[in-house]
Amino acid sequence: MNRNKLMAISLLTLMSSSVFAGGYRISMQGQRQLAMGHTGVAVIGQNAESIFFNPANGTFLKNKWSFSAGVTALTSDVKFQNKTYNWKNETSNTGTPVYFYGNYQVNDRFSVGLAIYTPYGSAVEWDQDWQGSHLVNNIDLKSYFIQPTFSYKITDEVSLGVGLIYVNGGVKFNRNLTRNMTDDSGMNRSDVTVDAQGVHSFGYNLGLTAKLDDYVTFGVNYRSQIDMKAKGGNATFHDMPTFAQSTYKDGKFDATMPLPAELTVGFSYQINKQWLAAIDYNYTFWSAYESLVIEFENPNIPTSVNPRNYKNSSTIRAGVQYAPTEKFSARIGGYYDVSPVQDGYFAPETPRNDALAGTLGFTYNVTPRLGVDFSATVLHFKETDNSYDYFMEDGNPVSFGGTYRSGAYSLGLGLSYNF
Amino acid sequence: MKKYQIILLAAIAVGFSSCKPEFDDEIASGTYTAGEADFSRYVAVGNSLTSGYMDGTMYRSGQQYSFPNLLSKQFSVVGGGEFTQPSYADDVNDVGGLLLGGNVIAQTRMIINMSTGGPQNIVGTPTIQVGQLQAKAFNNMGVPGAKSFHLLAPGYGNLAGVATGQSNPYFVRMATSPSTTVMTDAMSMNPTFFTNWIGSNDVLAYALSGGTGVNQQGNLNPATYGGNDITDPNVFAQVYSTITNGLTANGAKGVVATIPYVTSIPHFTTVPYNPLTPEALGGAAVVGQLNELVGKLKGALTYLGAGDRVELFSTTGSNPLLIKDETLPNLSNQLTAIFAQDPQFGPLAPILGQIYGQARHAKSDDLFVLGTSSVIGTNASSPLLQNIPAQFLPMFNKMGVTFPLEDKYTLIPQEQENIRVATDVFNNTIRTVAASKGLAVADMNAILSQLVSGIRVADGQIYTADYFKGLGNMNVVLFSLDGVHPNPRGYAFVSNEIIQVINKHYKSNIPLLVPGNYPGVTIKATN
Repeated sequence: MNRNKLMAISLLTLMSSSVFAGGYRISMQGQRQLAMGHTGVAVIGQNAESIFFNPANGTFLKNKWSFSAGVTALTSDVKFQNKTYNWKNETSNTGTPVYFYGNYQVNDRFSVGLAIYTPYGSAVEWDQDWQGSHLVNNIDLKSYFIQPTFSYKITDEVSLGVGLIYVNGGVKFNRNLTRNMTDDSGMNRSDVTVDAQGVHSFGYNLGLTAKLDDYVTFGVNYRSQIDMKAKGGNATFHDMPTFAQSTYKDGKFDATMPLPAELTVGFSYQINKQWLAAIDYNYTFWSAYESLVIEFENPNIPTSVNPRNYKNSSTIRAGVQYAPTEKFSARIGGYYDVSPVQDGYFAPETPRNDALAGTLGFTYNVTPRLGVDFSATVLHFKETDNSYDYFMEDGNPVSFGGTYRSGAYSLGLGLSYNF
Repeated sequence: MKKYQIILLAAIAVGFSSCKPEFDDEIASGTYTAGEADFSRYVAVGNSLTSGYMDGTMYRSGQQYSFPNLLSKQFSVVGGGEFTQPSYADDVNDVGGLLLGGNVIAQTRMIINMSTGGPQNIVGTPTIQVGQLQAKAFNNMGVPGAKSFHLLAPGYGNLAGVATGQSNPYFVRMATSPSTTVMTDAMSMNPTFFTNWIGSNDVLAYALSGGTGVNQQGNLNPATYGGNDITDPNVFAQVYSTITNGLTANGAKGVVATIPYVTSIPHFTTVPYNPLTPEALGGAAVVGQLNELVGKLKGALTYLGAGDRVELFSTTGSNPLLIKDETLPNLSNQLTAIFAQDPQFGPLAPILGQIYGQARHAKSDDLFVLGTSSVIGTNASSPLLQNIPAQFLPMFNKMGVTFPLEDKYTLIPQEQENIRVATDVFNNTIRTVAASKGLAVADMNAILSQLVSGIRVADGQIYTADYFKGLGNMNVVLFSLDGVHPNPRGYAFVSNEIIQVINKHYKSNIPLLVPGNYPGVTIKATN
């Protein structure tokens, strides 16, 4: 496989973010750090990716100007079965999270940067009218984060950073209205699409980086919760039976989806000139996602309340880098990501369980300024027998579930330019 | 440099080929098993419940949800073969009903008309011709209306006998010859597995008629039975054994189903005995007028020692229906004598005596057929009312209010007892015969009895034996609009019960259905 082919894969699928880690978070915000298990809160002296992992890292970059950009081709397979009913299904979805970072060191103490990245998203497309179609047929959730950052060294060893986040995102979601409603012909299931685009909101990002000695660096980063409030999204109903058409008219809706707060702490250890190790602990405040509530402007359509009841969850990450020459460096790492989804709330829109990821990658410096970064990851998800138990039907909760298993892999390509 | 790349790309290749998810215990060809049974040629024998009858008729789109057809799809993963059903391709408008020589002899299917809120026969013309003879045996040999002994009756499929009631229009369309029997045609399919759910009509017909038929206990000649009679238990036992011996003669295995108590189906449980609220009667003033009549009737009956037959209408509570109870001593003559002395009613005394001689108010243990709801409060057209002067007529002709509902609308406790006793005897026969042949028994009677209070299925939904009540239970109603037969969802529920019995009895592993994924009753914006 050569570079052209890798580019071709990336470009072919350059459309949206996609499924990855727990919930709808995608941890693919930089090829170098991804190859080290997506550690980075305390990794300094690398490339511009560092300002994503910790805004305080900007002042510790080696060059006055640092840029990096990249794209990752990510494929996620979800398999589903239920032996009681002889149900089998699977879906394969591809996404392309992207990033761009730039940092400018104004002086020894102060630097400014800009970060653009896509940390949340989910694209799952089941067969229309599949067994769980009353919960979801397909979902496409995207978000773009644009974050100016500032970092300031209060001493030679300690730096503080802040980022202001502007988010622009959208979601398109389709599901069947009930488990059995059809149009009058009896042939076409009734379904609804809710579509909200251009939803925007603000948040912030705080960081601290401290060089404990010549070898060990400590970092901490807090990202605020951002509530994505969709106002006036479009709800469209399809294949409704005639008797329901007067009630279920196309119209507007409001909904809120939280992008949860995150706290990350980590250490890096520069073992010697060639070897670097890093470890991060990441805690995500997923409990903000209690339920997905869709309020329709049309008072005749009852508000759709979909309990999610996520729990706060942790991810532990580790990675090492080996840089034998100026031209070449290689990385390997991994992480273990605990799913925020609790038993009984396992909805097939984000059908993922605890994940173990293996990552690797390398950088080839074409010139002293220009580096090409590759990463590859494989995610192994635990098989789970689980269900979503809160679909309401004529006043009673109805369960849908079975055995789910996901797998995902990615290939990433990035460029770094420092001078 | 090259070396690193090769190692890296090799690692990626290995990693990617192994990350397609697989299950520890993936559904595969050996997951589902037939166990001790052989489903290659499945034949279903029975009545309307087997044929896929619903909403008061056979119709094209409903038939595909017959429980044997649903079962056959599940059997297909454990060696089940092709499953054929009689053709309803001639039901071009999908409205059901029947035509005999151009005359409509069965009504179209029932739907809910949302503009009126109630069940109606769908507007349309039946195109299903009784004379459209298919002359072919099918895997689904369910014949709507068949009683146990009909399955063995030659000529039950003779077109010439339809007009006189000697044969069955549905079997006429299927029968391989005018003289064949249902069983003969069924056995021509050489079944390796069968379901037999016959017997309901041996008692249901009596119930549906409001108990107007005769309990034929002791009469061993079914040829002399009327359509609404209860079959003699010995006739039933003999016929049932013959059918079972036939089905198992070649070693076929199968499931037989018991007969539900008719008192657990919505046809008899939907109309309450006391639907007459003061508002429904027309308000307090009307109740006062009614009570002038009821008061005089109660006074007379009290004098005759039967004052508990009627009660004054309440202006606050819900009042019971007025019915004719043929088990009561007939007090017509005595009432006539008393009414004759009444200055107001005197001239009408003989007529009123006739009307109210066996009248009483319904009690909570009386049951009413579903159709009662559409006649309550309407004007009765009885010969008894012919000689009442027009200005007095409205005082006495309100069905169920001032004019007693006839026998055909009600199942009084005595009639219910006839039904219960017969059902128990028939079900004992079914279980005994099944045991003698080692057959599995689907106890539909027990299941339906539980359904009255609610059955929670695997996905958590709770199903009941309720009739369609509106959009609030549209996703959980299991019965079709005739109140007797299941709707598609109900047949899926029935199929599940049978699969569970098969899995247990024959050590099979056949996947289940999800009733909630099947349609319920048909709702139309207008008719």
